[in-house]
Amino acid sequence: MISHGDAENTEILNKNLRDSVSLWRERILLWFLPLAFLAIAFFFPLSKILFLTFSTEAFTTENFQIINSALHITFFQAILSTLLTLALGLPSAILFSRYNFRGKSFLRALTAVPFMLPTVVVAAGFSALLGPRGLIHSLHPLSSFVFLGTLPAILVAHVFYNTTIIIRIVGAALSSLDPKLEHAARSLGADSSRVWRNITLPLLSPAILASSLLVFLFDFTSFGVILLLGGSRFATLEVEIYAQATRFLNLPLAALLSVIQLICTLIFAILYTRLSSRLTTQLAPRSSQSNLRRPRTIRERIFVTTLILFLTSFFLLPLSSLPLRSLFRLEADRAQRGEIQYGFTTDYYAELFVNRRGSVFYVPPIQATVNSLAYASATVILSILLGFPAAIALARRTRLEKILDPLIMLPLGSSAVMLGLGFIITFGSWLTSPLLVPFAHTLIAFPFVVRTLQPAIASIPERLRLAASSLGASPFEVWKAIDFPILRRATLAAATFAFTISLGEFGATLLIARPEYPTIPIAIERFLLQPGGLNYGQAMAMATILMTLTLVSILLIEKFRLPNAGEF
Amino acid sequence: MLEVRNIYKTYENKPLLNNISFTAGVGETICLLGASGSGKSTLLRIIAGLEPAESGLILFNGHDLTSTLPHLRDFGLVFQDYALFPHLNVNENVAFGLKMRRVSQVEIFRRVAETLELVSLSRFGDRKVTDLSGGEQQRVALARALAIRPRLLMFDEPLGALDRTLREDLLKELRAILHQTEVPAIYVTHDQEEAFAIADRILILHRGEIIREGSPTDVWATPQSAYVAEFLGLGNIIDGEVIAKSEFRTEYGNFTVKCPHKHANGEKVKLLARPLVVAGDVNTISGVVTNAIFQQDRFKVTFDNGLYVYLNEAPRIGSQLVVPIKIECLT
Repeated sequence: MISHGDAENTEILNKNLRDSVSLWRERILLWFLPLAFLAIAFFFPLSKILFLTFSTEAFTTENFQIINSALHITFFQAILSTLLTLALGLPSAILFSRYNFRGKSFLRALTAVPFMLPTVVVAAGFSALLGPRGLIHSLHPLSSFVFLGTLPAILVAHVFYNTTIIIRIVGAALSSLDPKLEHAARSLGADSSRVWRNITLPLLSPAILASSLLVFLFDFTSFGVILLLGGSRFATLEVEIYAQATRFLNLPLAALLSVIQLICTLIFAILYTRLSSRLTTQLAPRSSQSNLRRPRTIRERIFVTTLILFLTSFFLLPLSSLPLRSLFRLEADRAQRGEIQYGFTTDYYAELFVNRRGSVFYVPPIQATVNSLAYASATVILSILLGFPAAIALARRTRLEKILDPLIMLPLGSSAVMLGLGFIITFGSWLTSPLLVPFAHTLIAFPFVVRTLQPAIASIPERLRLAASSLGASPFEVWKAIDFPILRRATLAAATFAFTISLGEFGATLLIARPEYPTIPIAIERFLLQPGGLNYGQAMAMATILMTLTLVSILLIEKFRLPNAGEF
Repeated sequence: MLEVRNIYKTYENKPLLNNISFTAGVGETICLLGASGSGKSTLLRIIAGLEPAESGLILFNGHDLTSTLPHLRDFGLVFQDYALFPHLNVNENVAFGLKMRRVSQVEIFRRVAETLELVSLSRFGDRKVTDLSGGEQQRVALARALAIRPRLLMFDEPLGALDRTLREDLLKELRAILHQTEVPAIYVTHDQEEAFAIADRILILHRGEIIREGSPTDVWATPQSAYVAEFLGLGNIIDGEVIAKSEFRTEYGNFTVKCPHKHANGEKVKLLARPLVVAGDVNTISGVVTNAIFQQDRFKVTFDNGLYVYLNEAPRIGSQLVVPIKIECLT
């Protein structure tokens, strides 16, 4: 009996050993490619940047002045932007989570669109509306107001981008707030303003804080908006890194700036994670009773109508002036003489296929579109190939995976300009190759791809696979019958995500793209800054194309994504 | 004294409350009893001012409060899921209404202590409300409503979320507190046991109308309609046809019932057979026993024709049984 038991025990031990060996082999197989990629494309450049900051060149009085001023400007614009975003976001959150009105889902979607749009498109949109060559200026040519290149331009664009964050987070908290709490307060003698001050606001404060912090984080790391709408006058950390790396070729300072930037970002990200974990515990249980109703009193009606009108025009005008401006000639082309046909034109689109001598490129502008599509396709393939094994490994939450998870997400926290800088420092000799761009894009898209795939993989219960294999299916057949159909949608969503990110990426691309291989955003940026109606019109046309592509992608992602698969 | 006059309210274009009128006097506890969806909670919210009625008046001591804002009505409200403020502790929850009335700190301190004493939670003042049990949370909710010394107390299914024994204890205490404070109260529930235990007067709401109003004993003794008898679970409801004075034909046999109403021959009526054996009654029901369920001190015995009675001893399943029983006339 005893020896039999021992034999059984040894067998179990052996089996456990075999299991854990095969588990480790599987883990190494899954993790090898993603980790190798991150090591080469992220951690190695990061260490190079860190190494550069230790040089004596970095720590000079002059540099400190630059750093000081950059920090000052960055915090100033980020705090101001966050406050303004809050000022619009809070009433909007109330609007969406308390009132029913016609066109609500459209307006909600409209406020969410900018968040996914490339910065060049938003910049081009505001330029088309409010710029010196924009629609409003051409309607009132004598008006002397200046928008582009001012602080308000930066602030307005940031509000335009991030209001949806406040609406989503605070709105969700507000609609999960038990209306009975407010009823109880009112019956205890609190008028509506005291209900708001004593009950609603304190209960919403974690949501308001968390969402503000997230908005602040996005404003803090903003690059494209500030460079394109504010100009280099507003030398935030990001803009300064770009300027030091490309214009002044002061790499040690650029490196030091990016390290400061990374540390700040990490602190804010950690604060945000802490705050958002408190979000769920603070709220009263969700009640079955709906908070939603039509506006009743005159004050409510005025509030709702005014806000709907404001939100609609604020979000729709920049987005619609872009395609509008791309179809109307409002100024003379460069060196164009004689009779000028003002008004409706499709020239700007037709010109995209022509290589003019006056053009800054030696390739027709449409070539930028071809480049972008090629880069985006390469990014999709690369990020799916790398994202899949990582997502499969992460779907099992063991200790190793818990440690590796934040590591995978780290590129998300570092700015695109910094990633670009890392590439310049590390792979400087390969910069002539156009192959570098898809790798940089993959680095940015990778966390999104993993986050999209992981919940889908985790959602497949092991029981299904066991059931299938017990019915006689081979591992491949199991994969074909169970995993593939479930994962197909998530994979499509992840691929579209990667595609969209690559298509609109501006910061990193600006640093590493070769002039002869421009992407759409780079081409738009160059055209925007060129004099002459044709160049500007072509920028509008390309931005319109990019906007359309992005909008289609957003629709596809929404269609493919698992419901409730998490946000941000 | 509260007076509710001709309240009318629609929901999705159907009348939810149709001409509701009633009064509640000093120290009186009114119970609104009705199935879910009968509009009783809506009626409560209308009285509290949290929802407007389409027509009708709410008066208190003769003053029209219909357009008075809820925070100026001085009506206390207690909800089923307590609705305690999660960011405030027990003391702060109870003090909330007093703070809104700008009562002095000293007075607030005194009244909070006094009220917590009343609901037997004296030493709970510094606790977080989220750490309390369901019963304790309900006491805090009651204390919070009592602290403002309301002129009317309203309860919306206050014990619905609690288990049975706790419910009975709290009910007893609640009744004592209500009598002690002499505040008129309106108590909304779908649970008839709760209603009968606490009410001085019961109002049964059905399809937006009050179909029966009276003291608990009254309502129990004379339900006056098949719906009320069925809703209260008073016994077997039987369709009958008048064949002669006090003679009724039903599918379970003919019965002799003295009816308070006058009926013509051939008229359809509803009869109630309470499930209690009345020895020597002229009316009997009979059938084959299909089921006998033990219920504490008795057996619920069901016949093959669907009728049931309570018996002290379980008959053999499948046996034929004849039971003398009292039949009442409902309509």
